[in-house]
Order: sequence, then C-alpha cells, then structure tokens
Amino acid sequence: MKRIALLGMPNTGKSTLFNRISGASARVGNWPGITVDLLSAKILLGGHIVELIDLPGIYDLHGFSEDEQVVRHFLTNNPVDLLVVLLNSTQIDRQLSLLLQLKKLGFPIVLALNMADEAKRAGITINTESLSAALALPVVQISAKYGDGLPKVLQAATEIINQQHAKTNPQSIALLLQEENEIEHEMQALVQRHVQIPATLNDDTTDKIDKLLLHKWLGLPLFFGAMFILFQLIFTVGAPIQEGLAWVLDLFRAQLLDPLFANTPHWFSGLMLDGIYNGVATVAAFVPIIILFFLVMSMVEDSGYLSRAAFLMDAIMARMGLDGRSFVMMLMGFGCNVPAIMGTRIMRSRAIRLLTMLVIPLSLCSARLQVFIFIIAALFAPKHAALALFALYVMSFFTMFLTAVLFQNQYKNTEPFILELPPYRFPTFRQIVLRGWHEVKHFLNRASKFIILGVVLVWLLSNFPSSAAPASLDTYAGKIGIFFAPVLDPIGINHELAIALIFGFVAKEIVVGALAVIYGLQGDALMAQMASQIDWVQAMSFMLFTLIYTPCLSTIATIRNESKSTAFMWLSIAWSLALAWLVSFVFYQGARYLGF
Amino acid sequence: MQFLSQLQAGQRAVISAIEADEFLFHRLSALGFRVGRPLSIMRQANFGGPIQVRLGTTDVILRASEANRIHINAI
Repeated sequence: MKRIALLGMPNTGKSTLFNRISGASARVGNWPGITVDLLSAKILLGGHIVELIDLPGIYDLHGFSEDEQVVRHFLTNNPVDLLVVLLNSTQIDRQLSLLLQLKKLGFPIVLALNMADEAKRAGITINTESLSAALALPVVQISAKYGDGLPKVLQAATEIINQQHAKTNPQSIALLLQEENEIEHEMQALVQRHVQIPATLNDDTTDKIDKLLLHKWLGLPLFFGAMFILFQLIFTVGAPIQEGLAWVLDLFRAQLLDPLFANTPHWFSGLMLDGIYNGVATVAAFVPIIILFFLVMSMVEDSGYLSRAAFLMDAIMARMGLDGRSFVMMLMGFGCNVPAIMGTRIMRSRAIRLLTMLVIPLSLCSARLQVFIFIIAALFAPKHAALALFALYVMSFFTMFLTAVLFQNQYKNTEPFILELPPYRFPTFRQIVLRGWHEVKHFLNRASKFIILGVVLVWLLSNFPSSAAPASLDTYAGKIGIFFAPVLDPIGINHELAIALIFGFVAKEIVVGALAVIYGLQGDALMAQMASQIDWVQAMSFMLFTLIYTPCLSTIATIRNESKSTAFMWLSIAWSLALAWLVSFVFYQGARYLGF
Repeated sequence: MQFLSQLQAGQRAVISAIEADEFLFHRLSALGFRVGRPLSIMRQANFGGPIQVRLGTTDVILRASEANRIHINAI
C-alpha cells in the first residue's frame, strides 16, 4: 500500500487538513503541539488505497522534544511514498526551514501553504509558480478550514504517487539527517526572492483583542470571568435538557419496558431494568451536558485563547515549579484528564512533565462533573447549588496548586518557557459538529465498555446472595461496605456510597449509574431516597473524595504510558487517595464539630 | 550591549547574538530568533511574567530567563 505522511509545524492547521482529507474526526486544536497520537486513515487516491498518516507538528527535524523524536523515528523507520508538507502562509518566512530540511533528505514532497485567507488579509503575497519552480516541487495555496485548494493538493499527490515506484529508504535518511547546514542561507534567499511581507505585519483584530485580553490588570480577571460565564452557560442551558431527558427515559421505562418485562423471571427483569436500564439511563441523561461542555471547551481551545491563558498565568505557575503550558493542560483536564496528560508531551524536561502529570488528575473532569451535578441536585437547595459546584472547582484548583507546591522540589524544573502565540481564530461550524460527534462516540464507547459492565457488577453485588434483601448489609455489597467502614465512617461515607466510590475507580461515569442500581431507583425517586439517607455534609465529603481520588483507570494507564514508570503511577494513585481522604476527613469532622 | 529582557514594551531592536544550549538554540531559531532579525516588544505580563515578542509574522512569548540569552541592539 502507498503511504503518505502529513507533516508541518505546530499550529498550521494540520489536524484540520487531515480531517478534511480523511473525513475522520481527529481533534483539532489551536495550541502548538496538540496532535499527540499518530492518527492514520485510508483514503482512495487515483485508484490506489493510500494510507495517510498525521505526524505530530514539529518545529524542526533536529529538535529534542518528544514530538520531534516521534517524527524522526517515524521517518527513519518507515518508508513513505510522499510527504505532504503543510506550512502556514503567514509565517512562511520562518517555516520554510522545515521544508528545506525535508527536501534535503530527498523526500518526494507536495508543499501545501495553509491559511491562504489569513495571508491575503495580512497583505502577504506568495508567487506559488516561481516558488514551485525554484523548489522543483508542487506548491499549492490552500485553506484547510474552508477546503479551498484541496483538490489541487490531492491531484499533485496522485501524480507523484503514480509516477514513482520506489519508497524512501529509511536508512539513508537516517544517515542524511546527521548532516545538515546551509539551510539558513537558502531559506533567506528564497524568501527574499519569492515572498513579499509588509515591514510590520498588522493583524489588527488579534492585536485589538489582545490589548484587552492580555491587559496588565484586566487580563486575569477577564479570563476567570469568561470561564465562570461559560460554565454558568453550560448549566443554565444543559440542566433543563438533562432533567427533561431523565424524565423521558423514566417514562419510557414505566410505559414500555415495565409491561414488556412483566412476564419474565424476576431476576431477569431486575438485572435488565433495575440494573442495566436504570444505570445506563441515569448516566445517559448527562450526555447533553457533556456534549455542551466539550463544544464550549473546543471553541476556547481552537480560538487561540489558551495560549493567552498560558501567558497570563505563567508568573504564578512559575512559583509552583510549573509553567504556563502546565496551566493550559490543567484547563484541558477539565474536559478529560487523559488527553491533557498526553498533551504534556510538548514538554521536554522530564521533571516538569512529571509534576504536571501529577497535578492534572486533580482537575474536575466532565465525568466527575456529572456526579456533582447529580448529588448537588439531590441534596442542595437550588440557591446553594451554584455555590456548591463553584466550591468544588475552587477545591480542584487548590489541590492542584497544593500538590505542585509540595512536589516542586522533587521535580525541579529547568525547562525554558517559549511559546508561540497564534492569532485568534474562529472554529468553523464543521469543526464544532465533528468535535461534538467525537464526544458522543467517545461516550458510547465508554458506555459499552465500562458502564454496562460496571452496573451489572454493582447489581450482582447488591442483589446476591439471593437470601439477603436487596442492597441490605447481608449482600456482598453490604459486606464490602462493612469491610471499608473503619476508613470511610470517619469521613461520613455510608455503605451505599462506598460501593459507588469503589466502582468509581474504574470510571466516574459509573458512579451515578451505580447509585441508581444500589438504590434500585431512578430520576427524582433516587434523589429523594438519597436525600432521606444522607445530609449535605456527607454529600459534600463524598464529592470531595470523588473529586480528589484517582479519576479513572484510563487516566492511570495513560500516566503509566506517558511517564514510563510504574513507580510514578503508584505515587499518583497513593497521593490522590491520601489527599482525598485527608481533605474529606478535615471537612467532615470540621463541619460536624461546628455543629452542622 | 543589551539583553532582550531589558527592553520595554513598544521598543524595537535587532538581535545581535544568541547564547543558548543546543535545545534552546534550536527552538529559538525555529521560532524565528536569528542574528540580524528585527523584533519588537509587544508587552510583558504582570508579576514578572513572560514577555511577548513579535518577529516578522510570528508572536512568541518567553520568560525573562530565556530573554536574557538574547543580545540585542535597540533601534
């Protein structure tokens, strides 16, 4: 099979182009170095099935970051038929270096100059014909965002692939890579001759927005204000949808499923309805909020604002041994911890990478968010609900900062902090929809893997041995609860909640599902039952524990993979469990002592 | 001789030398920091935070410790 690799500097819209060509929904992000996994797709090109590989964005072939090593390893180990090199038209003056490095290595190349629209607005004109002649390779101006110029790129790629029959030789490339020079000269000459750039580039809009958003004193308050408004928005819009969906799912069971299963054996209808249906339906009702959350997150991510957040927060982060990029990863962790941990690959120094990885699992991810929304709705008056959730977000930041401060001497940071500030961009409707769909798929994937299995296990544990009354202390679940009682009683967590916590170790999505199964109830009835059993102090203690202890198995696996250290993985688990217990203990006993 | 870190927001300068280890040198040069190139300081973040530098078409933020490695002549 023919193989084409897509290569370019960070932040040139490579993921967008990859999505355009493959139709798949890889993440797109306006943050240097976001593409951390090697995505590939099979496409049909001029009668051939061609494998298209999306390589991580890199600054140069000789760099030392993990992404740069990944690309180097890929090119020196895998033969390819063609490289599609993507450069940002507005930054062609410096990005040509990467192309020249690759050309020198003898790769067949199609050069795509992205962001033709932005370049045009900035007054940059590129003579693609003369540049193409000088480079002796096809040069096409495109807009990956809107799809302009794409057919030309594919046509040029097809022609090259059809003409030549030999793939590149990885060994000779490895050899060539060792020697390189004169690139600077060649690059300057090319830019001078073929590219015209106005003396001072004025991207007016970005400058105007930055004047306000990066303002010395207003910048940070505006940032936190914007975040607060976005979160408020998600809940004002999302909460009614969630309630509505829960009501519909409840109705569906009462009207359709209950009669349907009425004649089946008691254990079977119990497993199907009280187990799987209650569990999955309770979780599924939260999907709209999660989608909404990710849509907002991806808009912030793609806009280029995250790099600004790094700029604003770096001074504060530096005092905790982290840097602005760590802060961005922490924010991304609010969506999901796993990609945030993988995102630390842009850091070269192992120390700061590990410290950031230790901190990220404490950020209040969307899966934990649904647990909190559920518990808060059940146990807090509406006027206190927003405050309770806000307190949890504050707590999330507090535990992250505390962890960084405590461990910063173990992981001394020597990494230089240099980051590109991309211009502001608005994601297209297509990007937003793709991203939303991606999250739904992700949820369904998790639902089929973890949630169903989890709720079935919880149902079995809380209904067997069959001699015991369901969910009583005599069931297996009850016995597990009793076993953990000495540790969990001092933090106010009862046996039912204990089971949910144990299963929450696998994935936080299971927690509300597990509660539904343990109590054998759903929707409003479940909330009412919980409110009669525990008070708000216990609920808060439970939420604090849920917030701080290990987020899920996927996160643990990712930490293990990225740190390549089992010891570090255990440190992360042990630290988060100890901190969770301690915080819950102080809160619970403190609140009780104060008479709540 | 002046360092990049000594410039104020709004000032312009030309890079005269870069003193850095291999990694930092590569990164700086990939982002456009090369001897002879003009740049301008856009702003500095509060509390001794990073500075925002514009080189040609690229905006870069870097800390004072890194800006200290770049010698410049103010224009």
